[in-house]
Amino acid sequence: MSDELLVVKDLRTYFEVPAGTVKAVDGVSLSLPRSKTLGVVGESGSGKTVLSRSIMRLNMASNAMTSGSIIYDGEELLDKTPAEMQQIWGEEMAMVFQDPMTSLNPVVKVGRQLTEHVRYHLGLGRSEAKEQALAMLRSVRIPEAEARFNAYPHQLSGGMRQRVCIAIALACGPKMLFADEPTTALDVTVQHQILNLLAAQQRERHMTMILVTHDLGVVAGRTDEIAVMYAGRIVEKAPTQTLFQALRHPYTQALLAAIPKVDEPKHTKLTAIIGRPPDLVNPPVGCAFAARCPYVQPLCLEEAPELTPTPTPGHTFACWYPIGSEENQHAWETNMAAGVPQTLAAAGEIEATEDTEAEVDHDHLAEVVEAAEADLASGAPFDGPNGPDGPVAEDDLAASTEGAS
Amino acid sequence: MAGSGKAHLRPADEMVLRVEDLVVEFPSGRGGTVHAVSGISFDIAEGETLGLVGESGCGKSSTGRALLQLPKPTSGQVVLDGEDLVDLQGEAMRRRRTNIQMIFQDPISSLNPRRKIGEVVAEPLRVWGPRDPDEQWALVREMLEAVGIDADLARDKHAYQFSGGQCQRISIARALVMEPKLIICDEPVSALDVSVQAQILNMLESLKDRYGLTLVFIAHDLAVVRHVSDRVAVMYLGKMCEVSESDELYANPAHPYSKLLLESVPIPDPLAPIDTEIQIEGELPSPIDPPSGCRFRTRCPYATELCVTEEPQMQKVADDHFVACHHPLVEVMA
Repeated sequence: MSDELLVVKDLRTYFEVPAGTVKAVDGVSLSLPRSKTLGVVGESGSGKTVLSRSIMRLNMASNAMTSGSIIYDGEELLDKTPAEMQQIWGEEMAMVFQDPMTSLNPVVKVGRQLTEHVRYHLGLGRSEAKEQALAMLRSVRIPEAEARFNAYPHQLSGGMRQRVCIAIALACGPKMLFADEPTTALDVTVQHQILNLLAAQQRERHMTMILVTHDLGVVAGRTDEIAVMYAGRIVEKAPTQTLFQALRHPYTQALLAAIPKVDEPKHTKLTAIIGRPPDLVNPPVGCAFAARCPYVQPLCLEEAPELTPTPTPGHTFACWYPIGSEENQHAWETNMAAGVPQTLAAAGEIEATEDTEAEVDHDHLAEVVEAAEADLASGAPFDGPNGPDGPVAEDDLAASTEGAS
Repeated sequence: MAGSGKAHLRPADEMVLRVEDLVVEFPSGRGGTVHAVSGISFDIAEGETLGLVGESGCGKSSTGRALLQLPKPTSGQVVLDGEDLVDLQGEAMRRRRTNIQMIFQDPISSLNPRRKIGEVVAEPLRVWGPRDPDEQWALVREMLEAVGIDADLARDKHAYQFSGGQCQRISIARALVMEPKLIICDEPVSALDVSVQAQILNMLESLKDRYGLTLVFIAHDLAVVRHVSDRVAVMYLGKMCEVSESDELYANPAHPYSKLLLESVPIPDPLAPIDTEIQIEGELPSPIDPPSGCRFRTRCPYATELCVTEEPQMQKVADDHFVACHHPLVEVMA
């Protein structure tokens, strides 16, 4: 038995649509040791949901094509037939979906939805299955389990429904659990309860878990490792602590800066990310984040960076001008001097919106950057590396990463 | 408070909006009554943002709608600029309603999918604004540009051609075009990604500075509320728990429920301790049959016999900081 439960290599999932081919997942590789939790973070459309569905082989649409390799417990999942996959779903891997209302059947009682696959997979009889289902409802801390067993989903609150979904996912004792935005539809207090429940169940059952979310706050204290996705690729992957303390990719930095923090005084301006994710039918040449990145340079528009390792084990990132490097500092300075819109937005000098001029023309950028470099070299004054209100985390991060690398 | 009382209200003549003893009830099947809002009072000064916070089902959206008289509250007063809206009927109400506008949670479903954006934003003007289409368009254009939408491009497009964040900005433009005295934002960013959420929150702040807006900002996320609010009111099961100036509330929460909400906010720092032994379990009780006395007592770790029998009243714990609790976490001022 190898140490890694899941090894994904160069996974690609493309969807054929009238407009062309959507490259939803475009070359993702990752490996996940047993009993560990991986957080997958990114905006809507970054491919995080498609990634987890592709690993589970749930992309059944006829226009979906998945290639690459998914080795689960030593076996290649992409070679399995649908019938073989049915044996794996539930018993080996299971998923908790985002919306607990639509992932339960509204016209079937909770009890039957719980016993259905226990009977199918484990071959239990009616009464045994009921016993098992009630035990599951109690283990996810649903009060009055007997009464809930005969309830319809609409009679339960959102939090209770999500608990039922977790009970269903765990019923056959899977080794691996995918939680796809399990708390996005829920209140903060209930979110806290559900995340604690997932963590407790994971510890008890020694499960391996992939927690997909758009909120870095959710994964911060609850994962061993985090992969940040953008436009179908992993742009940075690191052990959780390293990611927060020594992040290298500008997108990770931007995501973190955009989160409203409860300990900041009222009316603190948030650092929004300019523009929006790229069109995945015609992804840009070069780095996909370039059009929104405050550190964009001509090279970023020519060539896509590959994932490169850092001295910290397990920490990789894909960026030409990583945070904390001299090149990055230099890129910021020249872009500030040249008035590149992304950079001004990150510095809070212009309002960042989805429609702000985010397209950067390569020749134009090369020109302004060159001019700015010449100005800087001749000692012309400019606003300082971070501008008057530069990104909050910048200085600390630069300081802490310099030490690390 | 899950209690009542009006100690936290400020002088009536200085307030844009003053709500007193607002009660909203809905009939439920079999003769029951849903007590959505049970006697809350609050006020808002001009140019102020009031954050209204609580879990789903605490009555915060019902409160927002009751301000617009949609539907009319069961009892209580909603005084906007010295005039009680609850007394108004028919045409007079319709006229007054233009002073309050609303921004909804789901930006895509709150725009008519079959109308062009130019028409959607101009709709309130077609009823109440200038008759001349060119004048209307000039106003619409100004508002669309103010929210960062290219008006000429958007004019003939439909809602589905825009992203969620853009639709939310269009909804904001539609609310602003009437130059309302009060805007009610009902969870305006909870359906959006963090990056877009930051854009919308920053934009609301700058629009507020530019047009001197007065806002009621309804949300369940305390971190979001802190960024935009001058004052925060915490609601629980149709009652008001705590009202305070925002920074004060976050520094010294006086109500056990406010503290629970604050502790539930996920902190983007792996070293921050996670409270896995949640002290306060459970969910909101049914509003059809709310608990006696303090409504929070069924989940409160400090609940005593007193909380069962007597409803707590608003008490002052600091300047501009009031709490309705028998056992507040902060010393009550004499």
